[in-house]
Amino acid sequence: MPSAQVEMSVRVATPDVKIIDIKGEITAYAEPILMESYSQASGGGCRLVVLNFTDLDYMNSSGIGLLVTLLIRAQRNGQKLAAFGLTEHYRQILNLTRLDEAIGVFADEASALGAA
Amino acid sequence: MAEAKDSGNWAEPVERLHVEGPTSGKAGRAVEGRRPVSPLNGFGQMWQKTYRVDVGRPSPEEVIRTWKTNFGEFWPSYNRFYAPLAGVQLGEVAVIQGDVGPVTLSTGVRVIYSDSTSFAFMTPEGHPFAGFITFSARREEERCQAEVQLLIRASDPISEVGFMLGGSKKEDEIWDHTLKSLAARFGSSASVTKEVVLIDRRRQWRNWKNLWKSAALRARLRG
Repeated sequence: MPSAQVEMSVRVATPDVKIIDIKGEITAYAEPILMESYSQASGGGCRLVVLNFTDLDYMNSSGIGLLVTLLIRAQRNGQKLAAFGLTEHYRQILNLTRLDEAIGVFADEASALGAA
Repeated sequence: MAEAKDSGNWAEPVERLHVEGPTSGKAGRAVEGRRPVSPLNGFGQMWQKTYRVDVGRPSPEEVIRTWKTNFGEFWPSYNRFYAPLAGVQLGEVAVIQGDVGPVTLSTGVRVIYSDSTSFAFMTPEGHPFAGFITFSARREEERCQAEVQLLIRASDPISEVGFMLGGSKKEDEIWDHTLKSLAARFGSSASVTKEVVLIDRRRQWRNWKNLWKSAALRARLRG
């Protein structure tokens, strides 16, 4: 079975804002890594989880499904989800799938942190 | 900046659906002008339903090519799937007609993603459920597994009740039939497995007004 072609790491931006840096591909195989990264980010009174897509290489429709389930988990925990670093192509995909109505999309990290 | 590896795999965003060609008749008019909707735009509980079958030893690429070209042939006969002439193509809208009790419901789907081993549909306003349906095939230990995965919410309160009272089972039957037919095309008689995950138990009451766009309600009102 193919393995996930993605690496993720979690950074603390402020005590209640965490950033997940994503490098590689968001497909169905990324699910365990994404959910584990979210669990790390989510603790300690986190109010905003920011996804850094600057190094995103590839995303398919299963990857979009993953973002939906991540969003639901965050909402269930009373957290907001935001994103930055998306190329025009990936902004279009979030628009196509209407995820940009629920995930705040920002040009860069500073403006995403402003959403907290 | 280098072009993304998936740049040719996604449809262009559209505000509203437009139906062309042979599917643009009476059934197609039910879809014309509707907005595509994600699971976030629906009303009911959010479910992820995954159906899988072993189709034997063809390559995943061959399975998906066959599926895209002949999608309607694998569909159960009590529902009609009117694909564009060229088959399932990126950005195209396919029209679906099905009987729900005494009324014939017309709706459709838009193809939003397509590559050599998968493709995905997005439903429009008025469809009984809001969400994505992903079709894929992959190699596992020299065998090929074909899969349908739905990430959906019932669109409105009536559809939600309908799902609880048998609509969900009907959905299972459709995908069971589809995957068995696909597998049979490749000489496999394997049975279909199903996995269901409740992603969000909450109902989105702010979207109850989706009811006014319900294809089922409109079909019933037309009599």
